[in-house]
Amino acid sequence: MTSYGDTKKARIDSLAEAGALSDEEGVSLWRSAWLRLRRDPVFLIGATIITAFVLLAIIAPWLAPHDPAARLLIGEVSRQSNPVPEPRPGFPLGADDRGRDLLSRLIVGSRQTLIVGVLATVGGLIGGLTLGILAGGIGGSVDAVVMRVVDVMLSIPSLLLAFSLAAILEPSQWSVIAAIAIIQVPIFARLLRGSMLSQRHSDHVLAARALGVRRVPIVFRHMLPNAIGPVIVQATLVLAVAIIDAAALSFLGLGNPDDTRPEWGQMLGAAQPYFNSYPHLAFYPAICIVTVALGFTLMGESLREALDPKSRR
Amino acid sequence: MLKFVIRRVLQMGLALFMLSLLLFAWLRALPGGPVSALLGERGSPEAAADLRAQLGLDQPLPVQYVRFVQRALEGDFGISTGVFRGQPALDIFLTRLPATIELSIFALAIALTLAIPLGYISARRRGGVLDTGLVISSLVGVAVPVFFLAFVLKYLFAVRWGLLPPSGYQTAGIDATRVTGFAVLDGILTREWDASWDAFRHLLLPAIALSSIPFAVIFRITRASVLDVMDEDYVRTARAKGLRAPVIRVRHIMRNALIPVVTIIGLQVGALLAGAVLTEKVFAFPGIGQALALGFETRDYPVLQVLIMMAAIIYIVVNLLVDIAYALIDPRVRTK
Repeated sequence: MTSYGDTKKARIDSLAEAGALSDEEGVSLWRSAWLRLRRDPVFLIGATIITAFVLLAIIAPWLAPHDPAARLLIGEVSRQSNPVPEPRPGFPLGADDRGRDLLSRLIVGSRQTLIVGVLATVGGLIGGLTLGILAGGIGGSVDAVVMRVVDVMLSIPSLLLAFSLAAILEPSQWSVIAAIAIIQVPIFARLLRGSMLSQRHSDHVLAARALGVRRVPIVFRHMLPNAIGPVIVQATLVLAVAIIDAAALSFLGLGNPDDTRPEWGQMLGAAQPYFNSYPHLAFYPAICIVTVALGFTLMGESLREALDPKSRR
Repeated sequence: MLKFVIRRVLQMGLALFMLSLLLFAWLRALPGGPVSALLGERGSPEAAADLRAQLGLDQPLPVQYVRFVQRALEGDFGISTGVFRGQPALDIFLTRLPATIELSIFALAIALTLAIPLGYISARRRGGVLDTGLVISSLVGVAVPVFFLAFVLKYLFAVRWGLLPPSGYQTAGIDATRVTGFAVLDGILTREWDASWDAFRHLLLPAIALSSIPFAVIFRITRASVLDVMDEDYVRTARAKGLRAPVIRVRHIMRNALIPVVTIIGLQVGALLAGAVLTEKVFAFPGIGQALALGFETRDYPVLQVLIMMAAIIYIVVNLLVDIAYALIDPRVRTK
């Protein structure tokens, strides 16, 4: 005979089972995320775009038909009558206003674009993780001080902060990377702190503390690995933002003035005087930026859904 | 409630104090030091000595900081060294502010009127063709650099088809009476309909370009939030009680789903301010965004100083107001 108490217990048991992180038995969060991602068309499209982009960036110098810095058609460029040489055999997209092959610049530009995006994101990650670990791992007054600083940085519109930072630095590839990296620091810090705080009172951390594990191993071995998920999602999304923001900096004249090693955002910024008469100069780098930014965004969004147990429907 | 407001105002005060420290550090970090940055290349040795004394550069840092705050409170941010040579930096901000406010309000209005209904429809038809299409376009919307979108709009609607003016705020020939400084509103107040219509036509393209990112963000938040609320017990209860669909939609779904949307609107003010820098530059729209863009190009630090500070203050104050509005709508926030 089933008593009232039994049904109540069964209900709690089933609730506890539903609350477990993965649907599949004995499968870790990351493993189950991967199983879901493998079948997710959104992730696959994003991953395909990004794989192609990274491959292109690696083999770019061998793939480009011409030297991207060589002013091959400079003889035809004339300020008044013909500022931008037209497409022709050997130059399928034509040349820019300095007679350099546009196709080669786009191909080689993938490399610099990837470098700017990755370094800015890594820079932001390093700063953000350090602050986040300090705040979330130590807590107390350290947490209070770090978070106040982070909140003030977040209280300035981020792109505006990037413009202001770039304005005090000598314009170069590094000033662009630094400006974009710094505006990501408070976002990563806040994110990691939040997700570490939720770890702090969880059973496995309490258990480790009860066993006498020291603070540093608890933070790095028990809290960080479980708190890093949202940070990875955010980093994927930041890769897209970094590439778009680099273009905005170039557009305002705060980008890298050295254009011998082209970057898509820089090419887009440099194309602005010709937009009404030669829109293709801006159009090609813009399409490249949008495609790659979309690729990172699709990957980030599908990763977010796969790692969030709540979104599993 | 009062306690909550007081606490948030105190937090804002702290944020403003830290902001002043940041700005003070920023000025000291300018290339060539603050004096040559603030005076520009044409500054005379006397003017430089004058400014050095004013800034108190020979004094200890805390004294310098106090002087900096004093000058800021008096509205003395120096004289423009760039395109607006000779004009006090604060005046540039004040005369240009209405244009940017008008542009931002239009952009936000476009974003809200499209994003909220579309977010709702998208959530109700989750997985359908319309939903998929809208989600994809919102993702693309975020991936397109704002200034490129602005250029494309300008090229198509102004240069190619000649439907709308390519740049500016109001046609120069129009004799418009200024009342508030908001061109569209002034036309309505003085019944100069042609002036109002003309200003509206100038606003339309920049506002659409500027609305792209807020639209994408608000659309996705609305959609996600409606999806969450739709599964709630109280919605099922309302349905079981036999309430009519429009009542459920407005009172049960939207009222709760819009709570996260309110917070995100405050954060979008930041995107609008930064986006205005890029959009106003493309459309030569005479707001604070264009002044900032020109300031960055010509390294006009006195102008940059006041505009960055004001932009940050606007952003902080708007978000304070949003937080208070949020607490009014959702009583749970107050006790947190």
